[in-house]
Amino acid sequence: MSNHEGQKPVRKEMSRRQFLSYTLGGTTAFMAGGVALPMIRFAVDPLLQKKEESAFIKVTEEAKITNDPVEYKFKIHQVDGWYESEAELVAWISKDANGNIFALSPVCKHLGCTIGWNTENSDQYVCPCHGAHYTRDGKNLSVAPNPLDEYEVKLDGGFIYLGPIKPNTRV
Amino acid sequence: MFKAVYNWIDERLDVAPLWRDVADHEVPEHVNPAHHFSAFVYCFGGLTFFITVIQILSGMFLTMYFVPDINNAYASVDYLQHKVAFGGIVRGMHHWGASLVIVMMFLHTLRVFFTGSYKAPREMNWVVGMLIFFVMLGLGFTGYLLPWDNKAYYATKVGMQIAESVPYIGVYLKELMQGGTIVGAQTLTRFFAIHVFFLPGALLALLAGHFFMIRKQGISGPL
Ligand code: HEM
Ligand code: FES
Repeated sequence: MSNHEGQKPVRKEMSRRQFLSYTLGGTTAFMAGGVALPMIRFAVDPLLQKKEESAFIKVTEEAKITNDPVEYKFKIHQVDGWYESEAELVAWISKDANGNIFALSPVCKHLGCTIGWNTENSDQYVCPCHGAHYTRDGKNLSVAPNPLDEYEVKLDGGFIYLGPIKPNTRV
Repeated sequence: MFKAVYNWIDERLDVAPLWRDVADHEVPEHVNPAHHFSAFVYCFGGLTFFITVIQILSGMFLTMYFVPDINNAYASVDYLQHKVAFGGIVRGMHHWGASLVIVMMFLHTLRVFFTGSYKAPREMNWVVGMLIFFVMLGLGFTGYLLPWDNKAYYATKVGMQIAESVPYIGVYLKELMQGGTIVGAQTLTRFFAIHVFFLPGALLALLAGHFFMIRKQGISGPL
C-alpha cells in the first residue's frame, strides 16, 4: 500500500459499527447458547448415561437340551428410566452335532421382529414380518442381511447361564 | 350485530387491509373447477391443509385423555375410544386423517409435478414442500407408537433398526431417538413430545413459508 502525501495513514482500527456488531453479536450468541445448551444436554442425556453390564442368568439344566432348538424364557433386571422391572428375555437353545450348547437371540436381523422355530415345518427359524429364514445355526437364508445373534453361554454345575448378546460365531 | 362489532373494531384498528391482503385476490380461470372441471387437481393442496387442520385439532383433543406412559398409554387410548362419547369418532378422525393427509400430499405433489410448477421461480417452494413431506412422515412415525400396543411397539422397533442402519452414526441416532438402549418408557415420552410439540411447530412454520411464497409468486400459469 502506497503512502502518498496528504493521505490519511491506514490505521488497523475497528470501526464503531464493527465494534457494536461484534459486541451485540457476541452477547446474542451467548444468550442463545445459554438458552439452547441446557436443553440440548437434557435431550441427549440418555446417550451419555453409563450402560450397565448384563450379568449371567441361570436359565435351565444342561441335560434338558436337545438337538432341536427349544424356546427358553428367563428374566433379567431391567432399568427403563424411572421403571425397574424383571423383563422376560427369550433364547432358542440347542446342541450341535458335537454336543456344543448354543443359544440364539430371537430378534430377527432384518428389522427386529421376533422369529420362531419350525413354524413352517421346514426345520428353520422363520420371521413372520417379512419372511426371513435362518438355519439351526442362525445362518441367514433369505431377507435378513446377517445371522441371528448369540447369547454368551456359561455352563456351571449342570446348569446353563446366559449372558450378553454377541454376534453369531457359528456361521 | 356482527356488522356493528366488526365496525367498532375496524374503526379502532383498521383491520380491513389485513384480511384483504390474505383473502382478496383473483382465482385464475385455469385453476377454477367451475370453468374447467379438470382443474379440481388444484384443490389437493388445500385439501392437504384442511386435513392437517383436522389432525391438529383432533390431536389436541386426544391429549385431553391420552397419557404418554408405558403403563397407562394403552389403557387411556382404550378408554377414550370406548368410554368417552364420540371417542371412536375423534380418534378415528386422527387415525384415518393421518393416512389421508399422506394421500392428499402425494396427489398435490403429482399436480405440482405434472403442471411443472416446481420450475423457476418456484424452486424454493418445492424444497419447502419436500421438508413438509418429511415432517409429515415424522408425525406419522412418532404418532404410531403412542397407543403402545403390539403393532405400535414392533413398528417402532423396525423403524429403529432402519435408523440404526445409517452408516457410522446409526447406533447413536437410534439411541438418541429411543432415549436409551431399548424402546421403552423414555421412547414413549420422547415420541409424544416430538409428536405434539416439536413437529407440529416445525410444520406450522414450514406451512407459513409455503403459503407466503404462494401469495408472493401467485399460482403457476396454465399448461
Ligand atoms: C399432520 C399432523 C399429524 C399426523 C400425521 C399425526 C399422526 C398420528 C398417528 C398415525 C397416530 C396413531 C393413531 C392411531 O394409533 O390410531 C397419532 C396418534 C396421536 N396423535 Fe397425532 N398426528 C398429527 C398431529 C397431532 C397433533 C398436532 C397432536 C396434538 C397436539 C397429536 C396428538 C396425538 C395423540 C395424543 C395421539 C395418541 C392417541 C391415539 O393413538 O389415538 N397429533 N397421530
Ligand atoms: S423383521 Fe424379520 S423379516 Fe423383516
